[in-house]
Order: sequence, then C-alpha cells, then structure tokens
Amino acid sequence: MINSKVFFQGLKSLQGSRSPAIPLAACFIALGALLKDAGFNLQQSAASSLFTYALPGQLVMAESLLVGASILNIFIAVWLVNFRLYPMTVSLFPLLVHKSQPKWKYYLSCHFLAVSSWLIAKDSYKKIDKKNRIDFWIGVGVGTWSTAILMTIAGYLSAEYLNKDMMVGLAIVNPVYFFCMMIGAMRNISISIAVILGTILGPLIYLYSAEWSLLFAGLIAGTVAFLFGEKNGV
Amino acid sequence: MESSQIIILAIVVTSLATFISRLMGAITSQKVSVESKVFNWFNCVAYSTLAALLGRMIIFPAGVLSESTLIIRILVVFICISIFIYTKKNLVLPTIISAIILSVLTSV
Repeated sequence: MINSKVFFQGLKSLQGSRSPAIPLAACFIALGALLKDAGFNLQQSAASSLFTYALPGQLVMAESLLVGASILNIFIAVWLVNFRLYPMTVSLFPLLVHKSQPKWKYYLSCHFLAVSSWLIAKDSYKKIDKKNRIDFWIGVGVGTWSTAILMTIAGYLSAEYLNKDMMVGLAIVNPVYFFCMMIGAMRNISISIAVILGTILGPLIYLYSAEWSLLFAGLIAGTVAFLFGEKNGV
Repeated sequence: MESSQIIILAIVVTSLATFISRLMGAITSQKVSVESKVFNWFNCVAYSTLAALLGRMIIFPAGVLSESTLIIRILVVFICISIFIYTKKNLVLPTIISAIILSVLTSV
C-alpha cells in the first residue's frame, strides 16, 4: 500500500544539515508554553497541534481566545491566515500525482501540508521516482507532524522553566529557517521576484488591512512574478 | 459556556478552517497539470504568500517576538541568512545561532 523504503527516505529528511527538526521543535515548544498561558490543558494543547498543525493559525486562535473573540471571528481569522495552504497545496500536489496511486492518499496526506514539509518536498521531489513521490511526501509529513505534536507537549510541560528571553529566542528560529529555505529556493527570476516582492508587500499591506494582508500581498506579488516570468520566458 | 468547552470549540473551528484550504488544494491539484501556466501561477502565489507571512512575522510580529526590537530582529535575520549562504546552505547552524543572538541581545 505504501512503499516503505521511500516512506522512510521521506522520514529521514528530519536528519542532516537541512533538517527542519530544530526550527519545528523551537516554535512548537514556544506554542506549547503559550497554550498553557492561554488556559489550555495538556490534552487540548496536543490536540491543537494534532488536528490543526499550522502554527500561524494556532497562534491566532490562542490570541483570539485571550482577547475573548467570538468563535466565528476565530474561524475567519484562522481561515485568512492559513489560506496560504491552498496555493501551497496546488503548487506541490501535481508534482506528486501518479495515476497508479489511490486518491485517498492525497486527500488524507494534505493534512501534512505546512511550510516546513512543503519546502522539503519542493526541494527534494526530483530525486524520487514519480510513482512513489506521494509515499515520500507521507514520510516527510509524518516526521514533521509528529515532531510538532511531541514538541507542543514538551513546551507545555517545560513552560515554567522558559523565561521570556528564551521564548523570544525560540520564536525567531522559525522565520529565520523559512527565510533561509526560501532564499535557497530562489533558482529562477520569477520565484525570486515572488519572494522579494511578497516580503515587502506583506508588512506594507498589513498597515492598511491586517486580516487581508497575506491574501492580497500573495496574489499581487505572485501575479507580478508570474507575468514577469511569462514575458521573459522563464 | 464553560471555558474548556470554548477551548474545544476553538480547536475544532481552527482545525476546520485550516483543513478546508488543504483539502481544496488537494482537489484542485487533481485537475492541474505540472506543465500548465495555472501551475506556474499557483507556484508564484504560494511563494509570495509565504514570503508575505514571513515579512509580517519579522516586521509586525505577534506574541512573544514583539518583545524584541525591530532593528535587532532584522539584524538577526541578515546575519543568519549570511551564515546560511556562507556555509553552503547549512540550515541547522543559522537557526541555532538566531535563537542565541536574539536571546542575548533582547536580555541586554
């Protein structure tokens, strides 16, 4: 059903000098401690990473609860901040599709889609035989997902030992890791434009509309990058 | 409602709001060919949305990261990207160093 050799190859992407394990651990430890502060118990904190597994959305949820936002507001705020997962899935899954593979694998494993797993898969899918790419992806996903859940628990349990300076240090690890990964991915002009323009427009549009900034910045910067690539044949 | 019920409801709602985007993506993917222009467009939008999120996380951070100053955050990002390029794309080193530098600079 699942090619175990390729699955473990995916799982092993947690090792080595390009491993996402450290940044994932850092940010989910910080999240675990934050959820404890927000009044979650251990099971609820673990369940949040198990079922949501998307850090920015979980942060929005915790902060919305702290300020007493309504459930509908939480839904909309989370949907807007995690909407990036839609274009991310569409820009990855066609690379993994093979007609010999059952569709349920795609519909279930899309839960593993997060920035870290996406960047790893985009970086290494070419090395995997097309037929087995989805099993490789499931390996990457299981590895990153379980790391996130375990580290949320670790963060919750160690919350009282983490002082504010340590928490600030943990919180920077994730954006630094993602920035480095994205700079590594800037192999052609349109991706480079997408990354640079997106970085500028994200905070700029945030000044006018906090909730819609990601969506608009992504659409504008992405479309400009795409058109530029089309015009210049890259 | 009790606070534990609100928390459980919030977890369910957050998970649903997140999974919708993933599932829609998986469904759309069945119809998108890798060679198509639509795929290229989605690829650009995915990278730029992610970049927008990261830019926002550094300039207007939520949560504990907002305890540090903007200049220090930008400095840390630049130092770590330089290390990443200098070490021929080692990711472990810049990430560990980023946490240490920021913790030290923030506590000073």
